[in-house]
Amino acid sequence: MSASKTIIRFENLTKRYGKVVAVDGVDLSIEEGEFFALLGPSGCGKTTLLRMLAGFETPTEGRILIDGQDISRTPPNKRPVNMVFQSYAVFPHMTVADNVAYGLKVDGVPGAERSRRVEEALALVKLDGYGGRKPDQLSGGQRQRVALARALVKRPRVLLLDEPLSALDAKLREAMRSELTQLQEKVGITFLIVTHDQDEALAMASRCAVMNRGLLQQVATPSDLYEFPNSRFVADFIGSVNLFEGRLAVDEPDHAVVVCGDLPTRIFLDHGVTGARDGTVWVALRPEKIELHKRGDGRAPPVLEDTPEGHNLAPGIIRHIAYLGSESVYDVAIEGGRSVKALRSNLTRRDQEDFTWDEPVWLAWHACSSAVLLS
Amino acid sequence: MVSAKPRPGRTQPGPLEYLRRWPIRGWLALVVIYLYAPLITLMAFSFNASKRNIVWRGFTLDWYAKAFADTDLIVAFGNSLTIAAVSTVVSVALGALTALLLWRFRFPFKPVLEGALSLPIVVPEICMGVAMLVFFTQILPWPTSLPWPLNLGAIIISHISFSFSFVAIVIRGRLASFNRELEEAAKDLGAGEWRIFWDVLAPHMRPGLLAGGLLAFTLSLDDFVITFFTSGPDTTTFPVKVYSMVRFSVTPEVNAASTILIVLTVALTAIALRVSGGAVATLEAGEGL
Repeated sequence: MSASKTIIRFENLTKRYGKVVAVDGVDLSIEEGEFFALLGPSGCGKTTLLRMLAGFETPTEGRILIDGQDISRTPPNKRPVNMVFQSYAVFPHMTVADNVAYGLKVDGVPGAERSRRVEEALALVKLDGYGGRKPDQLSGGQRQRVALARALVKRPRVLLLDEPLSALDAKLREAMRSELTQLQEKVGITFLIVTHDQDEALAMASRCAVMNRGLLQQVATPSDLYEFPNSRFVADFIGSVNLFEGRLAVDEPDHAVVVCGDLPTRIFLDHGVTGARDGTVWVALRPEKIELHKRGDGRAPPVLEDTPEGHNLAPGIIRHIAYLGSESVYDVAIEGGRSVKALRSNLTRRDQEDFTWDEPVWLAWHACSSAVLLS
Repeated sequence: MVSAKPRPGRTQPGPLEYLRRWPIRGWLALVVIYLYAPLITLMAFSFNASKRNIVWRGFTLDWYAKAFADTDLIVAFGNSLTIAAVSTVVSVALGALTALLLWRFRFPFKPVLEGALSLPIVVPEICMGVAMLVFFTQILPWPTSLPWPLNLGAIIISHISFSFSFVAIVIRGRLASFNRELEEAAKDLGAGEWRIFWDVLAPHMRPGLLAGGLLAFTLSLDDFVITFFTSGPDTTTFPVKVYSMVRFSVTPEVNAASTILIVLTVALTAIALRVSGGAVATLEAGEGL
């Protein structure tokens, strides 16, 4: 990241439709060569942001800079970006080769160079030999490759992808994820992808921005988003999470303790909380970070070596089990009535038989497993 | 369990194989007879060696020779084709522009314009005819002394006035299936408005243009009521001429002329379908790419 150079800058970018604020004062920089994902629920403004960058929407306020140049008022056909549309928008009356050549033809690229570049682009997306076909002879995945080739052949500064995988079936979607990242590494063009699918964003992006109601919630690498969310919204939107409301009882530089009303145990953390103030805090605990231990029959409770006694250990009863094959999700009702989700990998073929319905269990987690959220 | 082994090719008809059931076949035959028997009779008697359309007296081509020798009929036929050709071209252009306007833009009183567009389809033809007669006598008297194609102006204008709304509605329907992302994709790839229109929108509209054109052509070619009110002594069209011939007597000459017209229309439609590569059929199936 040392030699990185800003390619796109959004400055206080705002888009209003009447009274509705679709995008609200977004400030964001994207570096050259990044695979950047805009992530958020539908209606959060991510598509509007992308369309403003492509030029199909005009910002109400703020500026968009590409390579330091303000392009906010430049028409779409004069911008150094190209887009892969959600419906792929492959021209149905043109052959695959004509589709890919279209942008070059409009730019007046001479015939010989044009056909050479079209060949290259088709090879890049593994569609060599398909040039003479019509779009209605292609599968959905192949049409998407045509759309990719058509955009990439123009060698844009940034490639925009609007929900590119949403129309594909599950298996193909997963294959396309790795293919898109490989493609991006090969061509070295900055990719900006819009998606509502968090798995997609985590799997492909080098950096993500989470949006909600037009506001940028957090910009971070996928693992930072998941492990260090900055708000309840991000924690809840990315993956699944147990949230406990409480207040800080101890806050020292090297540890902290949170007391929660609906949890019979105190939560011990191995780090201090920065920027903490008096008042409510929330503790986010991912289901896979909770261990399940057998309880009852005179068994001693499990010992957590990094946590003082009486912390991070809650008794409960399994109420529901969702067997997902690779893992099982257990709904555990803890004393006091609230339910907590715990996830356990099925490491052997018999693992899912270890715990059963209505079984008393201990929930335990380490001092480094939970995150404190201030908003 | 049914034990009998079905004879090859003689299985029981399946639940949806209606065409293999005799009552349905009979019904189908009745429908076909009802639809085509009058036409086939008309065509057959154009080859009849008798002056009357009642008894078959042997094969002849005399009536065709007679029809071709009838200068009035030929002139009327030429008039009809000219009117149809000109009004088709103009109403396709006007209809396409209207459809584009209604599809693409928002403006005040748009619903009013949309409603007004379907008026010529809803208004009884006889009223349109009278209205045209009044218009061309009171408001815009069309000089009858003009040289040939120009003296057909009144008829052409009235044909355009009703057929362009059919064209506009057909093309509007086609445009409704247009994926706006195609337009954005073309723009994104560097094309300006004009290029987008020719490279992306026009190819999508093509089946609509073709279907609309066919519709306008046939509407114009066989229109009687409105033409009757707007034609003068020197500007008779084929349907009007046939009507006046029938008033004296129904001779096989009329049959011959009608047969030529039928063959011509069917051939034109077939060619149009061929040229468009089944695009009109696609349009009718409501399938937009």
